[in-house]
Amino acid sequence: MTKMLTVNELKFMYRNKNVLNEIGFSIEQGQVIAVLGPNGVGKTTLLKCLNRILKPREGTVMLDEENLLDLDIMAIARRVGYVPQRVETGRLTAFDAVLLGRRPHIGWDVVPRDLAIVNAVFKKLGMEAFRLSFIDEMSGGELQKVAIARALVQEPRVLLLDEPTSNLDLKNQVDILTTIREVVRDHNIAAIMTMHDLNLALRFADIFIFIKNGKVHVHGSQDIITPLVIEEVYGLPVMIGELGGVRCVIPGACKIT
Amino acid sequence: MHTEDGIVPQDYLDYTRKKVFWIAGSLVLVLVLFVLAISVGAVAIPPVDVLQTLFGAGTSSKWDRIIWNIRLPQALAAIVAGTGLAVAGVAMQSILRNPLASPYTLGISSAGAFGAAVSIIVLGAGKIQSTVANPVTITNPYLTTIVAFFFCMLATAVILLISHFKGTSPEVMILTGVALSALFSAGVMFLQFFSSDTQLAAVVFWTFGDVGRSTWETLPFMAVVVAGATLYFLFNRWNYNAIDAGDETAQSIGVNVSRTRLVGMTVAALVSAVIVAMLGVIGFVGLVCPHMMRRLVGDDQRYLIPGSAVAGAVLLLASDTVARVIVAPYIRPVAVLTAFLGAPVFIYLLFRGYKR
Repeated sequence: MTKMLTVNELKFMYRNKNVLNEIGFSIEQGQVIAVLGPNGVGKTTLLKCLNRILKPREGTVMLDEENLLDLDIMAIARRVGYVPQRVETGRLTAFDAVLLGRRPHIGWDVVPRDLAIVNAVFKKLGMEAFRLSFIDEMSGGELQKVAIARALVQEPRVLLLDEPTSNLDLKNQVDILTTIREVVRDHNIAAIMTMHDLNLALRFADIFIFIKNGKVHVHGSQDIITPLVIEEVYGLPVMIGELGGVRCVIPGACKIT
Repeated sequence: MHTEDGIVPQDYLDYTRKKVFWIAGSLVLVLVLFVLAISVGAVAIPPVDVLQTLFGAGTSSKWDRIIWNIRLPQALAAIVAGTGLAVAGVAMQSILRNPLASPYTLGISSAGAFGAAVSIIVLGAGKIQSTVANPVTITNPYLTTIVAFFFCMLATAVILLISHFKGTSPEVMILTGVALSALFSAGVMFLQFFSSDTQLAAVVFWTFGDVGRSTWETLPFMAVVVAGATLYFLFNRWNYNAIDAGDETAQSIGVNVSRTRLVGMTVAALVSAVIVAMLGVIGFVGLVCPHMMRRLVGDDQRYLIPGSAVAGAVLLLASDTVARVIVAPYIRPVAVLTAFLGAPVFIYLLFRGYKR
């Protein structure tokens, strides 16, 4: 498998504080990557550095021979889709909200092809029923799907998702992550998502990146997730076991005094 | 990469057509009001004769003069100013992500009033003249306009400078505007304290915005500025839609949010400043016309910007016409009428909720 996206020596500073330091990893087509680590460690910052919502101090983000950080943001938007943690609503139909994702490809106005692409994504995500629903009347799960659809109509090579399952109930969490998996497989793209839930990450991601002190602490497939690594990163003892053939992580000693 | 089948959903097309229908309907209303506005007043001219005169086939030279010299520039000014204030308002509401944003909120109107007060009280541009139509006139309207415009732009410059150094966040811009608004209002009160009765009357008179102040000399300039600003906002409609979806989403689809915000604010402030300086303070149009249109066509800026422009023209034209009918032949407090007419309609629309 060829590497699709390679991040090298990425460094980000907020004022004079080092947030990210020498971040490096690479991913392949069809992979889903989970970026893990405690709150405030810079997971979201890392994601935003990849499509230059934030400007990294140093480093490169190579996507198929191109350094994304050298491109203007409109060009990046044609290559990388981003799903933020919070989705703003307004008096728009879901169709209009998703159509906005065509912005990087639109000249003066939308052409029929733009509408057809939006329509196709609605079909693909099984959202046809609420195509003309207003997003300010939608549930959190539906809204998250709208945000993913919006990123998909950008026709990206890489999808960035900032905690796609926060604020969702268990069924919606599984729904959304299943959708992401299918999309990555069907379009042969890659997805990088920040997550808090280790068990969901274990079920849905191929590669795991643990961030600690602004650096990649460890990264690799399932077998890097050990009680030792998790204690090092989160400072909490955990137990890892198998339940019905699935690996899961539960907190170890929870002492209530 | 997508398995698109080229199918454009018909129900979506029908849905957008409805919005176009609302805007086109409002446009027809503007035309009707335009003829009506010219036809009513101290001398009533039948609408048919208004049309004849406008197309150069007038039968009465008296009507000719009334229409070409007085009513036509006034009606056109109402359309231009209403459009300008409404598009400035809709752009500010989007850029600042605040439903209460308008040329008023950002202190631009107060700055204009302060400038007018300075010109009248400090520079002596105001005097009493007893005519029936205008109990108070400003003897040097050009000086007042120029000083008012200067202070409008000063307020804009302060907002932009602070945004430049402290980042273009909506909070910074709005709070700066509110502070400036309070500062200039206090300045007007301070000056009024030291003014004579005549000057005081002239300042108060100026602050009641009046589209009747426009002339054939000033109208083209205002029209060019408003047309330019409207085109600029239309050109940026996708960017404003993107900003409405959140700053991060906007950046992720390729919008330079800071620059869009900074340039958009400058254009909105400029168009407001030109209108305020020439016609005086006309509140409510910039705030409420966008919200009226939101109830009819939703928040999509593709339809909201042209819709608001038309709604602004309707409201100001209707207010000016009614003002002339009910208080003729005295001064025409169009600024008061915009709220009198607009508020009930707005409250009705709020009650009714969104158009589905």
